[in-house]
Amino acid sequence: MSSVIIVILVTLGTLFVLLSAIGLIRMPDTYMRISVNTKAATLGVGLILVGTAVFFNDLSTTSRALVIILFVFLTAPVSAHLIGRASYFMGVKLWKGSIMDDLRGKYQKNSYILKSETDDSPEDNVDHSKMDDEASQ
Amino acid sequence: MTLTDYLYYIILPILAFSVLLIVYRFIKGPSIADKIIALDVLITTGIGIIGVYSIIHGRSTFLDTAMILALIAFLSTVAFSYYLEKRNRKK
Repeated sequence: MSSVIIVILVTLGTLFVLLSAIGLIRMPDTYMRISVNTKAATLGVGLILVGTAVFFNDLSTTSRALVIILFVFLTAPVSAHLIGRASYFMGVKLWKGSIMDDLRGKYQKNSYILKSETDDSPEDNVDHSKMDDEASQ
Repeated sequence: MTLTDYLYYIILPILAFSVLLIVYRFIKGPSIADKIIALDVLITTGIGIIGVYSIIHGRSTFLDTAMILALIAFLSTVAFSYYLEKRNRKK
């Protein structure tokens, strides 16, 4: 009975990891890749570790697996936010099909100040134009 | 088919294939942010592979390595993004 549960958990986790890898290949934009990998890979690894905890079925392994899951779930959004912020300041282009950029004209390039309304002096803003057709892969 | 056979012949090749896809993005990645994301996901997939290996071999001590890998992944991403932002700010 427990091996059926382990097979289900590990298979689901592996499918999520595979989907995140495919998304890393297929997504056209850096920000979309960050979005895919933060969710799918974290969930996949969490399911695999829950399967490990079910397999060993004692307190020390379960607590160890839970600590790893907690750590991954806590740190994945933080690291995704940090790398997304750094890539926005680096001027990584949006995909050409993106219809919305909430930060357009609100980040100052030199002082790193985030304003709540769109600035009138566009030479200070971070460059965030969209990418061309041939650069989308 | 036992659990060990299933994990060894079906689950591990799928995980290895996803590692190959991630390494392709790591080599190709247009900007350096893509490479850092690919590195992060590579280490996360490595944690999953370590979990599957600990089920196959029946040794729970492998999970300690997974814990340290999770820590290193977070630290490396934070350090990379910090220095990228700093390098950008100097310019």
